[in-house]
Amino acid sequence: MRHIISILMENESGALSRVSGLFSARGYNIESLTVAPTNDPTLSRMTLVTTGSEAIVEQIVKQLNKLIDVVKLMELDDYPYIEREMMLIKLRADGEAREELKRLSDIFRGRIIDVTATVYTVELTGTCDKLDAFIEAIGEEHILEVVRSGAMGIARGERALRA
Amino acid sequence: MELTGAEIFVRCLREEGVDILFGYPGGAVLHIYDVLYRQEEVSHVLVRHEQAAVHAAEGFAKSTGRVGVALVTSGPGATNAVTGIADAYMDSVPLVVFTGQVPTHVIGSDAFQETDSVGITRPIVKHNFLVKDVADMAETIKKAFYIAASGRPGPVVVDLPKDVTAAKTNFKYPKSIRLRSYKPTIKGHPGQIKRALEMIVKAEKPIVYAGGGVVLGGASEELTTFTRELGYPITNTLMGLGGYPASDTQSLGMLGMHGTYEANMAMHHADVVIAIGARFDDRVTGNIDKFCPHAKIVHMDVDPASISKTVKVDVPIVGQVKEILGDLIAALRDSGKKPKADALKAWWKQIDEWRSMDCLKYDRESELIKPQYVIERLHALTGGDAYVTSDVGQHQMWAAQYYKFDKPNRWINSGGLGTMGVGLPFAMGVQMAHPEATVACITGEGSIQMCIQELSTCLQYGLPLKIVLLNNRYLGMVRQWQEFFYQGRYAMSYMNALPDFVKLAEAYGHVGMQIERPQDVDGALQEALAMKDRLVFMNFITDDTENVYPMIPAGAGQNEMILI
Repeated sequence: MRHIISILMENESGALSRVSGLFSARGYNIESLTVAPTNDPTLSRMTLVTTGSEAIVEQIVKQLNKLIDVVKLMELDDYPYIEREMMLIKLRADGEAREELKRLSDIFRGRIIDVTATVYTVELTGTCDKLDAFIEAIGEEHILEVVRSGAMGIARGERALRA
Repeated sequence: MELTGAEIFVRCLREEGVDILFGYPGGAVLHIYDVLYRQEEVSHVLVRHEQAAVHAAEGFAKSTGRVGVALVTSGPGATNAVTGIADAYMDSVPLVVFTGQVPTHVIGSDAFQETDSVGITRPIVKHNFLVKDVADMAETIKKAFYIAASGRPGPVVVDLPKDVTAAKTNFKYPKSIRLRSYKPTIKGHPGQIKRALEMIVKAEKPIVYAGGGVVLGGASEELTTFTRELGYPITNTLMGLGGYPASDTQSLGMLGMHGTYEANMAMHHADVVIAIGARFDDRVTGNIDKFCPHAKIVHMDVDPASISKTVKVDVPIVGQVKEILGDLIAALRDSGKKPKADALKAWWKQIDEWRSMDCLKYDRESELIKPQYVIERLHALTGGDAYVTSDVGQHQMWAAQYYKFDKPNRWINSGGLGTMGVGLPFAMGVQMAHPEATVACITGEGSIQMCIQELSTCLQYGLPLKIVLLNNRYLGMVRQWQEFFYQGRYAMSYMNALPDFVKLAEAYGHVGMQIERPQDVDGALQEALAMKDRLVFMNFITDDTENVYPMIPAGAGQNEMILI
């Protein structure tokens, strides 16, 4: 099962490798991981997507909590939450396809952020599923390059992850 | 006044009450060694290999409950220390290991004797630090000691670049440390304690399963009171030996792969298991699917990640076991609740039947020296009062089975990592911490050769260790498994080029003895124990066919033991 965990940690060198090392050493899977400093420059916020049974995820959470650099974490999917991922996708857009690709981007609320005679580069945000759906709708033959950020998540309403 | 990083280092050790450290000099730590040379408060023990420095610090820590300290140089010094650090991590030993590092301006340039110590040790430490600025030195060291000793203890590595130990700054040692990200739980949750107590007093076939956390957490007294008050049977893990007096009638001895029949059968048939500072290691549980099939489990541990890691727990209590047991005892007394007397009586009757199997019996008529006999005699002749270190293998299990530990912190061995070669350096650390005590190192001819160069350290510091070598000319535990599971194909378990251990001991300036007949065992031990001022190396030539029994084969349940 897919789980999304949000982690607040010390913004120190080596902190990221402690997290990734924990996963590799214990044989857990990281599906995606995004990280950047927060409004407090001493803290980084990480969103980690992993898969596993309830027991495995319980153990992952406990092991993460044991890391000295981890200040706080929450399992986002325990609460109502919002999830976003960003994708930059470069599409071969020539001939008849040009119009169709523009239409599809609009339908998915993507923005064409760069145009050349033969190429569109589209910026798209949404849940991972939505981005997957866009890729499927476009079709392999038009895709030149895909860059995805990995998921970020935040709890809805008053609930917040703070130090 | 401004001090150099090296001077600050030594001042910090003094602030932490460190009076001894184990180490080995090298280029990257020479500034520190120069300061150590010019002072007398902190003494330094020169080992012969960095691995032994860390093991000796472990021995010191395990026998005192204080933080052990080791100092090694960069590169190969640091990598040699890695086995010791991993050993300490597995057994939750409070340790601070300082590694030298190349100067900050060449870090990352593949400089001479450079290695990424923080990177290499990351998976085997509780935490680690690289000090890049002398201004951070004092606070980092304070944090290192705090992290190593609090919560579930463990090793902390502090990497010190050479230029940082030369740079100067004002010295101020922080009084206390607050880490927003690290707050170990001390008190157990009152609601959970109440739930646990109800389950405990309602039990009809209870058993206490106590581990190394009791010894580490200094909770032996509370454990003993708790267990006696309830009148329940208790079994200790390998790491927990001495946490409850082995000679007490409620003690069933050790459990697990080489535990007693009664302990394993009682676990298997129990309806309530009270796990205290024990982590359900696979050497204890055997096949998880067959483990304690009828039992509800109460588990108290300072490390929440140890709870429900391998075995699903019914009532978890996170906190220091000393605190939790204290609260449980108080709650038990306040509630006026009593265990079910009739059920308990029937339970003890059943346990006594299992006990009557006498699973630790062995051939006492043999003309060859039986290893079990040597341990039994060592126990008798030391009055059970020695500090006993062991290496890893058959001799380790015999030591655990036949030396009945009545006190905590007396049994010093490598449980989690199972590191061969620890016995001698462990013993050095123990003897340094307890100069007047009898310290025996029970070892095998395979294990002792992994750190045998430390006999030189023992000579230098006049350590009067008693080395009990149970020499069966085989890597005994390997041979036993090959006999049981590989149809007797003894691949590489045979040691056919052994040194003359007597001459070897003498070459290092110690007393060597060779004992070949059972009737000479007592005399040799007595003679060795009487020599208070020197190391005695006893080479006991034992029966090479002897195996460790009972045994639960891998994959079997606790009720499926091989007896003799």
